[in-house]
Amino acid sequence: MVLFIDNKPHEVPAGKNLLEACLTLGKDIPYFCWHPAMGSVGACRQCAVKVYKDENDQKGRLVMSCMEPVVNNQRISIEDHDAKEFREHVIEWLMTNHPHDCAVCDEGGSCHLQDMTVMSGHNYRNYNYKKRTYTNQYLGPFLNHEMNRCIQCYRCVRFYKDYAGGKDLDVFASKNNVYFGRAEDGILENEFSGNLAEVCPTGVFTDKTLKQHYTRKWDLTMAPSICQHCSVGCNTIAGERYGSLRMIANRYNGDVNGYFLCDRGRYGYEFVNAADRIRKPRIQQRETDREALLSNLSGLLNKPGVIGIGSPRASLQSNFVLKTLVGEHNFYHGVSDSEHDLAELAVKILREGTVRTPSTKEVEEADAVFILGEDITNTAPILALAVRQSVRQQPAALAEKANIPLWNDAAVKGVVQDKKGPLFIATLTTTKLDELATATYRATPECIARLGFAVAHALDNAAPAVADLSENLLVLAEQIAQALRTAKKPVIISGAGCESDAVMKAAANVAHALQKENKNTGLVYTMLECNSIGLAMMGGHRLHAAFNAVVNGHADTVIVLENDLYRHGRKSDVDAFLKACRNIIVLDHSMHATTQQAHVVIPAGTFAESDGILVNNEGRAQRFFQVYESKDMVRESWRWLLDIGTEAGNTRLSTWKNFEDITHAIATSEPLLQGIDQVTPPSQFRVAGQRIPRAPHRYSGRTSMQANINVSEPKPPEDPDSPLSYTMEGYRGMPPSSMIPFFWSPGWNSVQSVNKYQQEIGGALKGGDPGIRLLEPATTGTIKYFEGIPEAFKALEDHLLIMPMHHIFGSEELSARSPSVAQRIPKPYILLSMDDAVSMSLLENYILRFYIGRYEYSLPVKVSNAIPNGVAAVPYGLPEIPYTELPEWATTRAPKYLHTLTPTYTPKHQNT
Amino acid sequence: MFSIIRTMWLTFLHMFHKRDTIQYPEEKAALPARWRGRIVLTRDPDMGERCVGCYLCAAACPVDCISLQATEDEHGRRYPAFFRINFSRCIFCGYCEEACPTYAIQLIPDFEMGEYVRQNLVYEKEDLLINSQGKYPGYNYYKVAGLAIDGKSKGEGDNELEPVDVHSLLP
Repeated sequence: MVLFIDNKPHEVPAGKNLLEACLTLGKDIPYFCWHPAMGSVGACRQCAVKVYKDENDQKGRLVMSCMEPVVNNQRISIEDHDAKEFREHVIEWLMTNHPHDCAVCDEGGSCHLQDMTVMSGHNYRNYNYKKRTYTNQYLGPFLNHEMNRCIQCYRCVRFYKDYAGGKDLDVFASKNNVYFGRAEDGILENEFSGNLAEVCPTGVFTDKTLKQHYTRKWDLTMAPSICQHCSVGCNTIAGERYGSLRMIANRYNGDVNGYFLCDRGRYGYEFVNAADRIRKPRIQQRETDREALLSNLSGLLNKPGVIGIGSPRASLQSNFVLKTLVGEHNFYHGVSDSEHDLAELAVKILREGTVRTPSTKEVEEADAVFILGEDITNTAPILALAVRQSVRQQPAALAEKANIPLWNDAAVKGVVQDKKGPLFIATLTTTKLDELATATYRATPECIARLGFAVAHALDNAAPAVADLSENLLVLAEQIAQALRTAKKPVIISGAGCESDAVMKAAANVAHALQKENKNTGLVYTMLECNSIGLAMMGGHRLHAAFNAVVNGHADTVIVLENDLYRHGRKSDVDAFLKACRNIIVLDHSMHATTQQAHVVIPAGTFAESDGILVNNEGRAQRFFQVYESKDMVRESWRWLLDIGTEAGNTRLSTWKNFEDITHAIATSEPLLQGIDQVTPPSQFRVAGQRIPRAPHRYSGRTSMQANINVSEPKPPEDPDSPLSYTMEGYRGMPPSSMIPFFWSPGWNSVQSVNKYQQEIGGALKGGDPGIRLLEPATTGTIKYFEGIPEAFKALEDHLLIMPMHHIFGSEELSARSPSVAQRIPKPYILLSMDDAVSMSLLENYILRFYIGRYEYSLPVKVSNAIPNGVAAVPYGLPEIPYTELPEWATTRAPKYLHTLTPTYTPKHQNT
Repeated sequence: MFSIIRTMWLTFLHMFHKRDTIQYPEEKAALPARWRGRIVLTRDPDMGERCVGCYLCAAACPVDCISLQATEDEHGRRYPAFFRINFSRCIFCGYCEEACPTYAIQLIPDFEMGEYVRQNLVYEKEDLLINSQGKYPGYNYYKVAGLAIDGKSKGEGDNELEPVDVHSLLP
């Protein structure tokens, strides 16, 4: 299509609106209410342009460019005098009540309203009357509320209610008084509330954790990073100032997280600044220096009997160097055996099966979703956000039939009303997505697996049939099969959250049965940690094998990499293991129960102080870059291990000098990880002979920030591992998509500048979305259906099957240490069905004492109508509830010998 | 010959002219009020710190010699937790004063800052903060900014309406 803008022809794609088309072409048109992920409503009247009938039309008419579809050979003008004047007036009206407080506003310097005001040319308030004011609300630990600044664009409620499914943010009052907030003060409940800080074009909602150590965007040293708090691997920007991490912002990746992050990812970063970080090496609890440490370790490691325990939250590089240091046969995965098996199963299914695992973006575009066993709102929140959008796909056909383009949000909503596409959820108990579901099924993993197998059988007779299935389940299975069969892009979601291989196999069967008819079928497995899949692809032994190796005397020295073993093994087992070890060497950044027992503690870098590659649940290898150099002795785990290996005389390790050498070695020696050296350009990469600056060009205070220590400025650190520089010096243009430290464009200081980095608005970044997919399905080969359908669950008298319950806040180890997230962690509880509670004469908040093995637990009761009888659920990963491998049968009768469990380690919180 | 005598005579007459040279340091020069000398941080009329830690001076500084950290006190007022100027780098351009939205940072007519040790030219907040409003008496940023602080709720600032009653639907 040809679009004439100010008499110059431009080629534009069809189906877009004028605003998108102009922004894609790099034109600047101010806007507020339009958002690329949420479409147009034409509320703010800011994006006016002139449209002309034909080339003879001199007068033209003003239209809102976001509401006008592109028509071939259309003539428009952005620069027209009337249009410019209109835009300037509109922003003047919007600004009549805007307070005079940019100096104390956290949005200042990255504010869309500032940018648009400057762009439209308004600079003097001609309105001589008083300003409207509002009182603010307390919205919880994540967001600050300052309603005076509001310009009534409605983006917040459109995101919070319509896009993210929130219930407790709304618009109140009328006409010139409209108010965006909650009905009363209180914590915003939605898991995606933090995005309001980015969605709001001005400073009504701002990041509360950033405020506690406030820094303007231009003063941050930023690096492209990857979220460490779940297996989705959202792309983030991490910003540092004065040696502490200040904020996490979204880094657009069209394939993974798009425009949004969850609150765990956005606010979980504060563990980096924790008071109990390990900053100096310690031998036998005494601080030591580098030389003493290395000589001590080389003595220990030169003897046989050294094993290494890797970690699903450490990078591939760190795990691989440890594996090389201790040798392939002595490398163990630091995850529970069931997690190990589930991750390997996922890799096997996705590699050897013929079903492709879709990206989050593709899940968003799915038109039928079947979730088995996984509460994705809590285990992979951004995936849940994608599923929320997927239910709008099928009803969108109605809008298309009515000739309404999909970006026309209000009109599409009017046609669709509350119709939803097919979404089936089979989980243990209620989940937040249930409100969108066509049908839900509450059952134990065995029964969920049986439903999955039944659906697979209904789709394809060759799939194994389920014996003695109840009538209702048969009907449900048939209903699900029917919906999946008619869908164009069905997606099956399952994962390690319910710790059941049967459920994952059932999901694979469903996907494979569908795949026979529909090649667009997708299968998603979510994992428990950010690098679970990467670790599984690297290969290694189970954790219990490590325990046995030491307890049986085959080894006596263990190197634990960024891992709290008490989160992955039963306390008695880990206790016995650590007791049997003569030397325990732990590399980690935060104190926990395992580091407390270590003989040697080595200060490892967090994601902010390291480079590394993680593999997300899609099999996408993505790199995070070091944000800043630590002033202490904190180094990347892999760098410590390289030094240790070199000192101990390991010939292979001594030839590797930096990140790149290791990455090349992984790519050549790990068959499943081939190609990861292509994730980012090499460290010698330069643009026009220059590095890519981590700091914006307005970065301030360089000759002053360290002047209190020494008035002579030190030389800035040099990065041997990446093409990024630690200062503002370097190439000012657009870096390659995998190395964008921050989004900025002249005149676009806010996060909205991402428009300039995209090939087309809402599409992929220029140069393609970063990350390399390592898991592609086998093209040929016969699909073998999994057999081994489990028996239906039967409740046992005096027993409860204890299941893990994942929580977005609390179940993940590192984010739980963040003070803001800590305020949202649930208190420990045990969730029981109503019938079980009645039969045990328990009421809500009564304490239930139960026993797993010889261990006693006592937890307050929560009663649910949804959880099946005979099953109970306890929150996963809370430090107050010591780890045991779940699901596990518990009894309510006390055994003969008893152990009482105490929490292993409670982190200290500190605000910086 | 004549010209030499004339020159000597004119020079002799200068002994009775008013002197241009002043006997510094015994005698101080009278500097204009807008002289750009030593940088200070001023206070507002009720003696609160005027600086709200907005970082604009630091951003405006062409030699990047200002660094600070904004924080908030128990009254909801922003202030700099530390504020440092490296005067060994400062070029006294006055951009910081121009950028300051609260009249906090001001350049005053004082240039006597010589030091033998360069490190002593690093001024911290306690060296910069003075007990005066400086050149702009009477200005109080929080009176005109929409932010509420202790002692000034929403609607109590200059040129502000009472806060909106969200529950009212009256026209």
